[in-house]
Amino acid sequence: MDHKPKKMKRRDFLKNSALAAAGSLFVPVFMKPFEALALDELSPYKNLVVVQLSGGNDGLNTVIPFGNDIYYQKRKSIAIKPEDVIKLNDMQGLNPNLGALREIYDQGWMTIINDVGYPNPDRSHFRSMDIWQTGSDSNQFLSTGWIGRYLDSNCETCKFPYTAIEVDDSLSLALKGNSKKGIALKDPNTLFRNTNEAFFKQVLNSSKDHLDEDNLGYLYKTMVETSSSANYIQQTSKIYESKATYPNSGFANQLKTVSRFISSGLKTKVYYVSLSGFDTHVNQLQQQGNLFKQYSEGMAAFLNDLKQHDKLNDTLVITFSEFGRRVEQNASNGTDHGTANNLFLFGGRLKKQGIYNNAPNLSDLDNGDLKYQVDFREVYGTILDNWLDVSNQQILTKKFQTLDFI
Amino acid sequence: MERKDNFNSVKHLYSRASFGISYPKLQDLSRKNLNKVVEQLFKDSAVFEELKSVDPAEVRQQMELQATLGAKKELTQEEKDQRQEITKIQNERSRSLNIDWLMRMISTNASLREKMTLFWHGHFACRSNNPMFAQQLNNIQRQYALGSFRTLLVEVSKSPAMLQYLNNQQNRKGRPNENFARELMELFTLGIGNYTEQDIKESARSFTGWTYDKNGDFQLRPAFHDEGNKTFFGKTGNFDGESIIDMILENPKTAVFISRKLYVFFVNETPNEAHVKELADYFHASQYDISAVLKKMFMADWFYSAPNVGTKIKSPAEFLVGLSREFYVTYNKPQVLIQLQSSLGQYLFNPPNVAGWPGGKNWIDSSSLMLRMKIPSLVLNDGQIDFSGKADPEDEAVIALNKPANAKPKPKSYVDAQSDWPKFLASLPKGTKPLDLARFLLQPALNQRITDMIVNNQGLKSTAIEVTSLPEYQLC
Repeated sequence: MDHKPKKMKRRDFLKNSALAAAGSLFVPVFMKPFEALALDELSPYKNLVVVQLSGGNDGLNTVIPFGNDIYYQKRKSIAIKPEDVIKLNDMQGLNPNLGALREIYDQGWMTIINDVGYPNPDRSHFRSMDIWQTGSDSNQFLSTGWIGRYLDSNCETCKFPYTAIEVDDSLSLALKGNSKKGIALKDPNTLFRNTNEAFFKQVLNSSKDHLDEDNLGYLYKTMVETSSSANYIQQTSKIYESKATYPNSGFANQLKTVSRFISSGLKTKVYYVSLSGFDTHVNQLQQQGNLFKQYSEGMAAFLNDLKQHDKLNDTLVITFSEFGRRVEQNASNGTDHGTANNLFLFGGRLKKQGIYNNAPNLSDLDNGDLKYQVDFREVYGTILDNWLDVSNQQILTKKFQTLDFI
Repeated sequence: MERKDNFNSVKHLYSRASFGISYPKLQDLSRKNLNKVVEQLFKDSAVFEELKSVDPAEVRQQMELQATLGAKKELTQEEKDQRQEITKIQNERSRSLNIDWLMRMISTNASLREKMTLFWHGHFACRSNNPMFAQQLNNIQRQYALGSFRTLLVEVSKSPAMLQYLNNQQNRKGRPNENFARELMELFTLGIGNYTEQDIKESARSFTGWTYDKNGDFQLRPAFHDEGNKTFFGKTGNFDGESIIDMILENPKTAVFISRKLYVFFVNETPNEAHVKELADYFHASQYDISAVLKKMFMADWFYSAPNVGTKIKSPAEFLVGLSREFYVTYNKPQVLIQLQSSLGQYLFNPPNVAGWPGGKNWIDSSSLMLRMKIPSLVLNDGQIDFSGKADPEDEAVIALNKPANAKPKPKSYVDAQSDWPKFLASLPKGTKPLDLARFLLQPALNQRITDMIVNNQGLKSTAIEVTSLPEYQLC
């Protein structure tokens, strides 16, 4: 299958022809490589990487409000001592297990937004994750994800079946649209081997006439697209070998795969990875600490790798969790399900680096939980408008105002 | 080949109202009048047999212990371990419950009842960490699956699983929680747009005090119940929960909403509103008799018309159960069925939210489709599709190149299942040709492509594996 767009984007065409005109007078034979070069140089291919922390990460022990006494009163046995905090300003600092992010933060590659949430928060993991993945209101049930609807919008930047890739065995709701869906794969070789099995190959070869609008047509279309994507991804990414060292964890491996895809020039816009285990009702310090080590070391390796390959400016990473946890700890050295939470953004082109807004107000709570300052759909809206170049109103349930981080 | 008997109709009926049909049974029923076939389908499901996977006595004991531990301010290490152990056991029981239900669907003769239990499982979608609650709700859905929708609705509304899931435990006089009242109307009965926000507020007050006690039995707590007047659907009175349910059922929109959902489940993902109305009027007039409306549907001409045959995407449960029934599959490690459900996007007892699984094309994405097409060979033949096909040699080379260099001898498929091939093959009539088998296994009519692909096949076993690995096998 040929996946080159049939029509070149008008804008690109103009850019290319302007350059080509100069070059082609003398060396028309170099048209093709020249064209490719021009595309890469002039319209940087922007990627979004979504990192989901599943289970409800405790934001107050992530970015610690060490300057606020209430934090220490409410968390007698699990508070991080001021001397251990990696201080970012007078009020907030990072959990010491996020040490690997210090350097990233200092480079200006990280933005922290405090108190991101939504009205009438739901404290069920499944429901709240659903809300985050679909971008719905809390009393609204959507069966498509926000990235899926971005694919559905058929915009200039989202035409290919491999526009969104989840590095996992199965596809999250976030990447499922009505007519289009992202593709889930843990390892490009495995998917390639599966779709290239002799029998499936035969089915595919004889399926050209079967792409109707009905369910059978849909099944064949999905199969054809999966197979051509698998071929494209395998062929494109196999030439690339990363020299960067990543820590030895499943999470770091996912990021390594993403980096390989980005650096090999895959025309994919959105990558989705996740790290789970953040439901820390008991013995939080140890459990969250271990996860933070995996997270921060993986992220640091990933971002440095992208920097080395000159891709950091073209990449925006967002890290979220379905909810934060209650301000007051529980009796088992853990925390229970809460509401608003901080959210991280990483990249080489952040407009407002560092801490974006005020630290959480621990004295003005809603039934023991943080009140949100920023609706998460304003974050999505900003990304859609300013990074993926598609109007957020078209993708989200309504027009959301944008923030100023990119 | 045009058949004179009811072969195709019976096959279609059983692919929708059951989980497929064996060849001998299909042959037998094909000679009968379709009316009689439908009657037989209901007769086979007449008896309700409770699913007894979880031992309620054990769970009650655990709940008692949990309550005692929950009341303490400080827990000793031993008590903390105890609490974790309970959670561990309950998770294990929940998984067994899931597998036992799947096994029931695979082996039952009351297949319509289990199919309808599956329908109500998605309609009254609910999650509960308590395996006893989950089993009880599942049994309510099974017991009343083919009975009165009113009884079903009332029993579901009073089940601890639903009371807990939709926060009715917190719904008290003076500070109502509207979650249950809202979903009752939006998702269980009327559908959005057929009630007002005020109706939700008022009816929530009617359900105040609907709770369950420490044993998990329904209890109406008078102290929490709001005895004041409520104005609902324009009428004012001291309505209790059941009167609200009756007023909702009086509204014909409820019959339309349920009939449409039945239509989407059994007939076509795109509802034909004229057919839906036909069903809804009948359903309403029959006082919400579920069997009556289903019979009406299975006897309608349009149920058997071409656009409704072989065009519906099987749900993962239908797919797994159908395949396992068809080939008499035993799972040596049934736990794998949980993994498969989860990867295919329908982990029973764990719907994504109270709206249930969206279904239809939503079941299919690149990974779930590839897995669906791979499962038959994993289950039936240890991962092999015996296909000595016409693969491009260049492709073969690429595949060989991409195989790990130190590839060990292929391990046994992780699914670790056996199908009873002798039994399956013996069930087919003498002289069955590969094309006959394909016609039997697939619901969509055979097209030239498939015909060309298998017409010269040698064996029936390899044909069966190929045919079940086709996209066409995803349809029913």
